[in-house]
Amino acid sequence: MSEQVQERRTMNLNMGPQHPATHGVLRVELELEGETVVKATPHIGYLHTGIEKTAESKLYYKVIPMTDRMDYLAPMSNNLGYCLAVEKLMNIEVPDKVKFARVCLTELTRLKSHLVWIGTHAMDIGALSMSLYSFRERESVIDVYEAVSGQRMMSTFFRIGGLAQELPGDFDKLVRKAVKDIRHGMIDYERLLNDNKIFRIRTINVAKISAEDAINCGLTGPCLRGSGVNYDVRKTNPYSGYDKFDFEVPLGKNGDVYDRFLVRCEEMKQSLRIVEQALDGMPEGPYRAHVPGVVLPPKEDVLSKMESLIFHFKIITEGFKPPRGAVYQAIEAPKGELGFYISSDGTNKPHRMRVRPPSFVNLSTLPKMVEGGLVADVIAAIGSIDIVLGEVDR
Amino acid sequence: MTLTALAITAMIKVIVIISVALLGVAYSTYLERRLLGILQHRIGPIYAGPYGLLQPIADAVKLIFKEDFIPDNVERVTYTLAPVIMFIPALLTFAVIPVGDTITIMGHEIELVISDLNIGILYVFAITSLGVYGIVLAGWSSGSKYSLLGGIRSSAQMISYEIAYGLSIIGVVLLAGTLSLQELVAQQESFFSWYVFRQPVAFILFVVCAVAETNRAPFDLPEAEAELVAGYLTEYSSMKYAMFFMGEYANMLAVSSVATTIFLGGWQGPFLPPVLWFVIKVFLCMCVYIWIRATLPRFRYDQLMNFGWKVLFPLALLNTMVTALIKVL
Repeated sequence: MSEQVQERRTMNLNMGPQHPATHGVLRVELELEGETVVKATPHIGYLHTGIEKTAESKLYYKVIPMTDRMDYLAPMSNNLGYCLAVEKLMNIEVPDKVKFARVCLTELTRLKSHLVWIGTHAMDIGALSMSLYSFRERESVIDVYEAVSGQRMMSTFFRIGGLAQELPGDFDKLVRKAVKDIRHGMIDYERLLNDNKIFRIRTINVAKISAEDAINCGLTGPCLRGSGVNYDVRKTNPYSGYDKFDFEVPLGKNGDVYDRFLVRCEEMKQSLRIVEQALDGMPEGPYRAHVPGVVLPPKEDVLSKMESLIFHFKIITEGFKPPRGAVYQAIEAPKGELGFYISSDGTNKPHRMRVRPPSFVNLSTLPKMVEGGLVADVIAAIGSIDIVLGEVDR
Repeated sequence: MTLTALAITAMIKVIVIISVALLGVAYSTYLERRLLGILQHRIGPIYAGPYGLLQPIADAVKLIFKEDFIPDNVERVTYTLAPVIMFIPALLTFAVIPVGDTITIMGHEIELVISDLNIGILYVFAITSLGVYGIVLAGWSSGSKYSLLGGIRSSAQMISYEIAYGLSIIGVVLLAGTLSLQELVAQQESFFSWYVFRQPVAFILFVVCAVAETNRAPFDLPEAEAELVAGYLTEYSSMKYAMFFMGEYANMLAVSSVATTIFLGGWQGPFLPPVLWFVIKVFLCMCVYIWIRATLPRFRYDQLMNFGWKVLFPLALLNTMVTALIKVL
């Protein structure tokens, strides 16, 4: 017995699943020596929803509301990823207006997601006012959500082949207000955090990950770019007309918490630029592609034209049948590369849908980042990876 | 004054000061919540009574009626004693704080201080550093890992700032040539004779260490909400939990009073009655505490130890040396 006591010099600490800083129900099993982390093992599955499996028993268009619930901080990005994948499967080309509106809204979504991140991350490190400031700015993005879709969080606004409905008349005004608010807020955040001595010593050289490790682990998104790897799906495999927009991909150097912080902050500014470009260049035109039998016809036609009514009825009740085959479509979600792999067997339901969730893959790098650090660094690291458990467990 | 009269006045002073201090503690929580709310673009409690002024009372009632839950694996004696150890020393500090000038009631001259101890400063520092044992014991006896880490952090924190805390005041003592708080206040009659101007470095050191002493942000490591889930407080409930909070706020009040007395001229001030000046100064100190909390992130505990030993301690020594040299020359 006494030998055993001598051998065992570490203490196991369960961080989570109910812990204020694990952003949901993540459980990290820490092996501690004093406060130094010897080993960290993330345990997941506390928020399992079975979205991938459920998708197999749903008509294609009925999957869209479920994608909202994966990364619930960035619902429109998930919608976009899924809709693009199905459009690729069906070879649907959407009108330019749809592309611009989608880019505008998903970039707002990125801002919304990053605003939650900056608030909670700073709060975990101890700057508790930040969360309230960033949620204040997030409110104006949510107002845009509410105006376009009627929903503040689970918007389900994108459809296969277009949008759910025409953009509201005050869309331009609301988005510009959101851009103005966030730009104004960013000044405050940077003043509060960027040069704050305490924030810097808490984040610089903490939870580092080298570019090589990051690539090997499959890290994507701001975390990867924080390590200095220039990979952004919007640039490498442009989708939804991103190649027409002028923006830069900010890169970090050290791959520590602070660099990931700076990358995300810079990314927010770039997003603001993209949103403005999308607004300025928004073309006129229909808000849905004209693909009879697949994309719902406009409501006016349904009420006045026989064919439209029949199509409407058939799409709603039977759905549509894509050709046999499989597609993979990736987008640059706020948290990294969000990929949808859909395999179709020619019926009106997906044979298999697999999501490549950025949060899940990024989370797998947590042990690499925190081992050798302190308990306080674990918190900083979890915050800097920016995971959403709904997406990890989907 | 006869012995009986002395006893009676002392008794009255004790009762008045303790009740005022407790009321102050209760309303510090209100002040914190309201001010923090304003700083964070929200409102804070406003529903209990006018402007939410009854909120502290509602909180107290709620906490008293909560179940006092004691986990199985605690060390009962220390677990129960810890909140008391945290709370009582904070109250004891008020015994030597002069809150006003001498007043005359019914022909008796009464000093507005419970006891004008000739080693007042020493007493204050001895008493306030006892409070930390409450936290260490609470962390150790709770039988929870998070609490244990909180307790360990607290002891690490204590050894790193306590020396600088003590040394920061030496400069003032050297200049003043007294340890009595009453005399110290008397020396700061004009505005520019306040020790904050004569010993600015000491004041900054004192403020930093005082924040650490009271476990407030950015040095709130033992209870670090986001890391240790309230640390040493995790296993406490009901009044025991409330005692810790009262202890924390009483400590803040005590340290603010000490800072006011030593550096900010105590009850000295023009036009208004001395007691009011004292209250205003303490109030402003409390506001600074809350302001700091709303602004700064939290240190990591190894960084705090570094900071304590490599920055605060040498600086305090240097300040003492320079002051001594000036005094000699």
